[in-house]
Amino acid sequence: MKVLVAVKRVIDYNVKVRVKADQSDVDLANVKMALNPFCEIAVEEAVRLKEQGVATEVVVVSVGSKACQEQLRTALALGADRALQVEAADGPDSLSVARILAKVAEAEKPDLILLGKQAIDSDNNQTGQMLAALLDRPQATFASEVKVEGGELLVTREVDGGLQTLKLTLPAIVTTDLRLNEPRYASLPNIMKAKKKPLDVKTAEELGVTVASQVKLLKVEPPADRKAGIRVSSIEELVDKLRNEAKVIA
Amino acid sequence: MAILVISEHDNAALKPSTLNTVKAASEIGGEIDLLIVGSGCSAVADSAAKVAGIRKVLVADNAAYDHEIAENVAALVIELAPGYSHLLAPATTNGKNFMPRVAALLDVGQISDIIKVESPDTFVRPIYAGNAIATVQSLDDTKVITVRTTAFDAVAEEGGSATVESLSQVKDLGLSRLISEDMAVSDRPELTAARVVISGGRGMASKENFELLEKVADKLGAAIGASRAAVDAGFVPNDMQVGQTGKIVAPELYIAVGISGAIQHLAGMKDSKVIVAINKDEDAPIFQVADYGLVADLFEAVPELEKSL
Repeated sequence: MKVLVAVKRVIDYNVKVRVKADQSDVDLANVKMALNPFCEIAVEEAVRLKEQGVATEVVVVSVGSKACQEQLRTALALGADRALQVEAADGPDSLSVARILAKVAEAEKPDLILLGKQAIDSDNNQTGQMLAALLDRPQATFASEVKVEGGELLVTREVDGGLQTLKLTLPAIVTTDLRLNEPRYASLPNIMKAKKKPLDVKTAEELGVTVASQVKLLKVEPPADRKAGIRVSSIEELVDKLRNEAKVIA
Repeated sequence: MAILVISEHDNAALKPSTLNTVKAASEIGGEIDLLIVGSGCSAVADSAAKVAGIRKVLVADNAAYDHEIAENVAALVIELAPGYSHLLAPATTNGKNFMPRVAALLDVGQISDIIKVESPDTFVRPIYAGNAIATVQSLDDTKVITVRTTAFDAVAEEGGSATVESLSQVKDLGLSRLISEDMAVSDRPELTAARVVISGGRGMASKENFELLEKVADKLGAAIGASRAAVDAGFVPNDMQVGQTGKIVAPELYIAVGISGAIQHLAGMKDSKVIVAINKDEDAPIFQVADYGLVADLFEAVPELEKSL
């Protein structure tokens, strides 16, 4: 079967973001960018399905400016077969991305679409579910285990309070949680080989999608600072402070 | 203007997250209806009708909605949507699962995890793991929103007298079904609703050592949380993870034991009223957000803490 994986270029998760002085957005100039960690897990899962002989082809797609080709090359180095960049200004909203991905899916006809559960920049956790809705296909979010069994998909999901296993008809959309797998590192030879793998570029217009967000960003501020705390020297002092100063324990 | 709140429940009673979501709805203003979707959930309706400020309780009780399968729940919600300006659900795994599906079917955007209502179309939400706070305006006719429950107080469980209406629509798309469930059993308070939370990280070193925290938790009536490192090391199950991608908590007291304080963990707990950190590394970033920090070996400090309570 064919697997489509959607990946996003985001700020590296170790970078502490700074808000711009004019409060228009966070400052992404000269900041280290990377593949969104959940997307990396999605690519890894697709590659593992291929290694098991379940998947025949793994296609990665990213929506964004030319810079996201770097992340597509990373995915190719991890084992994806070919890539597609859908050219759009950076930062389209989830619904626009879902519409674009739906068009890509209609053309590619994958049996399984993998996405990360959320991007660590917008923290939305929406695109996979929206894509499933637009394609009218089943969804399994927050997956920690994925198995293909007799033309159906068995997915274990991380839910509040524990785990839940669903059976889905294919084609289906799955979003990955942290514990689905441990992504591999790209080896140098694979990074070199990835440069020769096909990478197509299309525009949102070519796919017949207009990127227009109905959610307007008015301002971005840094979070309120917590006032400086104090160091205590013993448990006795700590318990005393909690009882008599903070009054949070009896 | 009317608001539909899609409730979270366990087929017997409403979960506290619903009460926080109703509070957010009341800040938007307008009449509030509560939707209860489930299988064998009629008992919830009686308690829901008493929640302060509710106009109507809608009950969709059918096997098709067992475990709130996203495809079926979303299909039902979009049928009810034309009567409402706002659709709200708590930002639990359940709400996060079906709400974006609802939004896309209605062809509108979604605003996730709001922490403040500025006006009926303008909301505040954290981005970048809580390192930036965004104010966003929705231009859509129907606002689809998930609510960070720890950012809103709970409304009173009593005092209301809503009418209860049974819904006859059954939406069974047959696209997915539940095979099994494996729920962690715990007598401690629910992590996201607890007044006190004590969490352990990699510094706990083993699964067995979490018993040290359990003893303290029992004395404080606290819930137990964990950092991702502790979950990945297999010390505790993943539903105990506090952080950007785990649970978001804001208790009165949060005690972080053997947790360094990575950005991703802080995103899940830095709105706690009082934060205590116990760590042997005095340079650990957790001390930058802690109100009270103790540099000590947790294996000595935690048993001592338990004795002094």
